[in-house]
Amino acid sequence: MIAALNDVARAAAATAAVSLVLASPLAAGAAGVAWDGFVQSHLARRSHQVDCPPGTACEFPAAELRGQLKAEGKISSGGAGFLGRFDLVHDAAVGDTRLVTREFFGDLTSEKAAARLGRQVVTWGVGDLLFVNDTFPRDWVALFTGQPMQYLKLGSDALKLNLFPGAANLELVIADFRSDNVPTSQRFIFADPLPAGLPRHAAEPGGLEISGRISGYLENWELAGYASRTHHRSPAWRVMGAEIIGTYPRLNTVGASVTGPLGKGVVSLEAGYFDSRGDRDGRDPSIENSQFRGLIGYSRQVWEDATVGFQFYGEWMRDYAAYRQSVPTGFPVKDHVRKVATVRFTQLFAHQTVTLSFFAFLGLSEEDRYLIPSLRYSFSDNLWTEVGANLFGGGRNGMFGSMRDNSNVYVTVRYSF
Amino acid sequence: MRSLRIFATSLLTAITVTSPAAGAAEPSASDIVKRSLDTYYYAGSDMRSKVQMKLINPQGKVREREMTMLRINLGAAGDQRYYIYFHGPADVKGTSFLVWKYPAKEDDRWIFVPALRLVKRIAADDKRSSFVGSDFTYEDVSGRDVDDESHALVRKESLGGRPAYVIESKPKAADYSRRVSWIDAERWLPLKEEYFDARNEPLRTFTAEKVEQAGKYWTVTARTMKNQQSGHRTEVVFREVEYDVGLKQDIFTERYLRDAPSQWVR
Repeated sequence: MIAALNDVARAAAATAAVSLVLASPLAAGAAGVAWDGFVQSHLARRSHQVDCPPGTACEFPAAELRGQLKAEGKISSGGAGFLGRFDLVHDAAVGDTRLVTREFFGDLTSEKAAARLGRQVVTWGVGDLLFVNDTFPRDWVALFTGQPMQYLKLGSDALKLNLFPGAANLELVIADFRSDNVPTSQRFIFADPLPAGLPRHAAEPGGLEISGRISGYLENWELAGYASRTHHRSPAWRVMGAEIIGTYPRLNTVGASVTGPLGKGVVSLEAGYFDSRGDRDGRDPSIENSQFRGLIGYSRQVWEDATVGFQFYGEWMRDYAAYRQSVPTGFPVKDHVRKVATVRFTQLFAHQTVTLSFFAFLGLSEEDRYLIPSLRYSFSDNLWTEVGANLFGGGRNGMFGSMRDNSNVYVTVRYSF
Repeated sequence: MRSLRIFATSLLTAITVTSPAAGAAEPSASDIVKRSLDTYYYAGSDMRSKVQMKLINPQGKVREREMTMLRINLGAAGDQRYYIYFHGPADVKGTSFLVWKYPAKEDDRWIFVPALRLVKRIAADDKRSSFVGSDFTYEDVSGRDVDDESHALVRKESLGGRPAYVIESKPKAADYSRRVSWIDAERWLPLKEEYFDARNEPLRTFTAEKVEQAGKYWTVTARTMKNQQSGHRTEVVFREVEYDVGLKQDIFTERYLRDAPSQWVR
């Protein structure tokens, strides 16, 4: 019954999305449709020689040519509009050419409410490259291969409703499930404790996910509360007979964040509880246990055009004893509290045409690290290039250390029009 | 006899009040600067304008920024809010800035990154850092406090056909050692400003290229800031300047940072 309702809801949503998206540009005719986009080449080269298994893009984990076309329009009253962002990508590293709908949505807006239907990126929370209450899909492959930061998030096929009753803003996102783009053996090398040679199959969950946020100001501090009824976005694998089956277990989250001025900088706090519904007692080793997650961050300007930021982040596993008893031999054992610190330094030069940036994830409990130095130069308003690196190191049992054979240097060139 | 003494006292008072030195009724340097800041940064209860900015390097290479700027004044303390939306260039189109400005403490600033739908609060303790890579600082865009500098009236002279007060201002703490301003003695707008560094070398020069009346208010609609040491300069043109259009305070919040208010941002 629920499934049938879901199907009906999804069909209705799809129809509405298509009509809204198609109607908006026509309606927007009066105000005009703006087109722009870019062409971009991005190349990532493994920074040291390793022996790759067959089928892994070894020397160049990413080698792509990408063109993006963006169209957006609004009717003259501003009450309705649309945006489409489409990428045509040729990826020579994996021999793949595809058309990707990054975003494609229609908007209806009024004084007190707004609705957005279609594929859209949603970003919540106050962390810098650390996520607590933002459970929306992410592209880890893009991050680990040095793609521009805009590719960190994936769009959700969703209906987003906003209400602005006065003091607080309410946001409700009803979305189809979409998994994270997680590293696979196509481009990455890492230890895999699951038996080799068995076929793998991951089944995406049906049903809609619901996430809500309430946010407001207290003087110049921003407060927000979050709740999500969602799923883990990377698969939980288990051997079932002669194949390996992946599922995306149910997950509920609830949390809050606050950010405001402190001294001469900005302080951010965020916390959340991850209720792993598929493994309430923590005894299923294939499913992540329930967790508390929290972060505290501080950033400030140190001198002209230079900013530093620090964050401390922790994940407290709830049923640690149960986890320790159930973790199979041969699998890396996680810590009870996983602690990560981050450091960011950004300096702009030459009228902000040169950006020097350094970001570091430092695994305090797992004793691993992930460093991202980069240097960008804008030749003009239309043309920029960036060189940088993704450097993984430390213990192979850690999340970042497990990626240490995948350190790479990259170069990106983009021409916008 | 008594009436004569009253007359003499009145006369003396009148002379004392009206002629501190030169014999004409001049306001004090601080009053001139205060009035100029009010006219230049606080005109109307709110303001909307399209802003075109050209960043020109010494070789003549031009980068352009096209923005809509909204401003609202809040209360008597001098608090203001600014909303700035970037129409171009293509790579930053849709980016928006929100500034809550307080004269007596650090501003609150936010940026919206459209491709990630990300709102980020930015640490901003230096009002003298460059605004989007231009030769204007945040302070040049949103104003400074009259008490940030001490002011002296140097002389009164004509500049470009306008009567002007020439004021020398010395900051309490800044990257410049002194600033000489020509302030229109009738319209109260700055016509020219020269900044000098610690070695008394020219640092930056501001020039009001065009002054027009927008509604009730005189407005500098074309302005240039030139870095005299690097040769880099920034030219700014304000178009469609409107005052007292009825902006509401909630325009200057996260909601509209994420989705530009189409009534005002066109």
